[in-house]
Amino acid sequence: MAEKQKTYVADIERTLYDIRNEDHSVYKSESGLTEDIIRDISARKHDPKWMLDFRLKSLEIYNSLALPTWGPDLSELNMNDIVTYVQPDAKMTGNWAEVPTDIKDTFDRLGIPDAEQKSLAGVGAQYDSEVVYHSLQQNMADQGVIYTDMETAIREHEDIVKEYFMTLVPPKDHKFAALHGAVWSGGSFVYVPAGVHVDIPLQSYFRLNAAGAGQFEHTLIIVEPGASLHFIEGCSAPKYNVTNLHAGCVELFVKEGARLRYSTIENWSRNMMNLNTKRALVAKDGIMEWVSGSFGSHVSCLYPCTVLHGENARCEFTGVTFAAKGQDLDTGASVIHAAPHTSANINTRTISKDGGKATYRSAVKVTKNAPFAKCSVNCESLMLDNKSRSDTLPTMDVEGDEADIGHEAKIGRISDEAIFYLTSRGIEEKEARAMIVRGFVEPIAKELPLEYAVEMNNLVNIELEGTMG
Amino acid sequence: MSEQLLAIHDLHAGVEGKEILKGLNLNIGKGEVHVILGPNGSGKSTLMNVIMGHPKYEVTGGSLTFEGEDLTQLPTYERARRGLFLSFQTPEEIPGITLGTMIRTSMQAVTGKKVKLLPFRKELKERLEELKMKPEYAERYLNVGFSGGEKKRAEILQLLMLNPKLALLDETDSGLDVDAVQIVSEGVAKFHNENNSCIIITHNTRILEKLKVDRVHVLMQGRIVEEGGPELVEQINAHGFTHIAADAAEK
Repeated sequence: MAEKQKTYVADIERTLYDIRNEDHSVYKSESGLTEDIIRDISARKHDPKWMLDFRLKSLEIYNSLALPTWGPDLSELNMNDIVTYVQPDAKMTGNWAEVPTDIKDTFDRLGIPDAEQKSLAGVGAQYDSEVVYHSLQQNMADQGVIYTDMETAIREHEDIVKEYFMTLVPPKDHKFAALHGAVWSGGSFVYVPAGVHVDIPLQSYFRLNAAGAGQFEHTLIIVEPGASLHFIEGCSAPKYNVTNLHAGCVELFVKEGARLRYSTIENWSRNMMNLNTKRALVAKDGIMEWVSGSFGSHVSCLYPCTVLHGENARCEFTGVTFAAKGQDLDTGASVIHAAPHTSANINTRTISKDGGKATYRSAVKVTKNAPFAKCSVNCESLMLDNKSRSDTLPTMDVEGDEADIGHEAKIGRISDEAIFYLTSRGIEEKEARAMIVRGFVEPIAKELPLEYAVEMNNLVNIELEGTMG
Repeated sequence: MSEQLLAIHDLHAGVEGKEILKGLNLNIGKGEVHVILGPNGSGKSTLMNVIMGHPKYEVTGGSLTFEGEDLTQLPTYERARRGLFLSFQTPEEIPGITLGTMIRTSMQAVTGKKVKLLPFRKELKERLEELKMKPEYAERYLNVGFSGGEKKRAEILQLLMLNPKLALLDETDSGLDVDAVQIVSEGVAKFHNENNSCIIITHNTRILEKLKVDRVHVLMQGRIVEEGGPELVEQINAHGFTHIAADAAEK
């Protein structure tokens, strides 16, 4: 008797994201992490002295800290193999025509210039370690809004950068924060003056093209009192057989009565270690809204943290994570209630399939200074088969009086009865499953701007192909 | 005799190796309304699920054809596309899919044609009104947070929108108050015409008031043990199943 044939699905079709360009970088640092490499990066970036000192101090901290003892296994990451700085053959410009063709084509395929025309007030595009394009609508600039790459920000707004840079995420926070402090490059700086409403979103897109490289962009956003902003972050990379590393850092300052929405669609390739740190500090009556979609990477550790340090400060966190074969995605959120009457709402969906592992991890802390805090956590997980894993690890630490804390967790599978119901209405089983999965993430999708909801839907569809039916 | 629609002959079926239907015969003609009565556990819901092709149930013998075609070889969605519809006893709650989207997707799947949005919305709105459902229901997630009565009305809404050839109504009236039964039975009456047929499982006569019932079947222990006209419903309501069971045993 013939051996039973198995069908293998080699890898999911990710063509759009997977097109790699030839490496035309003009400079690459040596792989690994030494003081010489840091000094070299700093000199090439024309850092002011304080920044060089900051980098060197961070390196020292990096060397003194151990890897975290919890979360996904990071032993595959060997810093000696990672190239921390890759300078693309392009100068930062505000004109796509000046961006080298291969790089521009990449962003074209990702739909960035198109979105810029239709629905964005400004765009930043980073390729490997440097930002190659930045734009901002004139009327926004006229109102004092600043949106530029971090390097320009250090040159032109040094005082502001110096006041805020890595104060919310200090290098001693954890090993990868220290790494970031030492080798950071690129990223976006946004400053919205008091009372100014940026009605149309700004978007920064981070693309890592070089194999074996790291991307360490720093995003610093300051929304002054009474101002508002919607910022969108996108990231992707083509797949390589060597490990790439992303250890970005996002610091968000939401001042009194200000409002910031920070949306991310992350779609790194399956060789990426994504160890990203994001944190927001929210003043009195301020509102911080996170919308976070994690689809890519080999390993992710991502827990955006919101510190509610002014009375009535609020936070909404909406997240979706989709872990497929070979992925260990450890995501969630953290909220610190540090003032009275602060409130937070965490709402997440995680999906795992084809042997993927998705972990929801959250920490809610209510300090003694935060009476009448309100926090509600709702995390739901869906496993699409028996090979996949889902865990939910929420922790709550409540010291404040009169706290109102609610938590709801669900882990489930697609029920046969739900499939039968939909198929009894003429819908094929494969489509019925896809409908249920799309329905599961719908509360998240509806938080996204339309184009990104469509992108997320496409990503869900891409992920569902191959194992369904 | 009217044109044959569904023909079931000596059907044996069960779940996980346990036989539930033990040689069942049933013929449904075009334009007919049939009622199936029977005590709990007699196999009524199993019959509905087997006709619709629930993968959990296995047909182990006999035949099941629809318009002359062997149904047992068709997956559930193909049966729906041939014109079968099951109104569930306990409809599933599916978050994230609105009732309206689900119905439109179904209509497109069943007809194989694109259903234009504007005429669809108009028809849906009219049907919702007929069933005394607020228009917002179309925008709500499928059955999520619906009361028992709302779920049943949503089933009838789908029945009216999909307009199948054969409607299987599995205790559509159970757990409903008098007014809700009235609305649901009006909905079924609106659906029914000389070109389609109904099989109604019920414990209640009220849902039948607006319909002309052609045939009543009593299902016990996996077989049809008694058949008759509409008067059989009254008899059973008055005397229960016991004497029928005794008669059947004698036969």
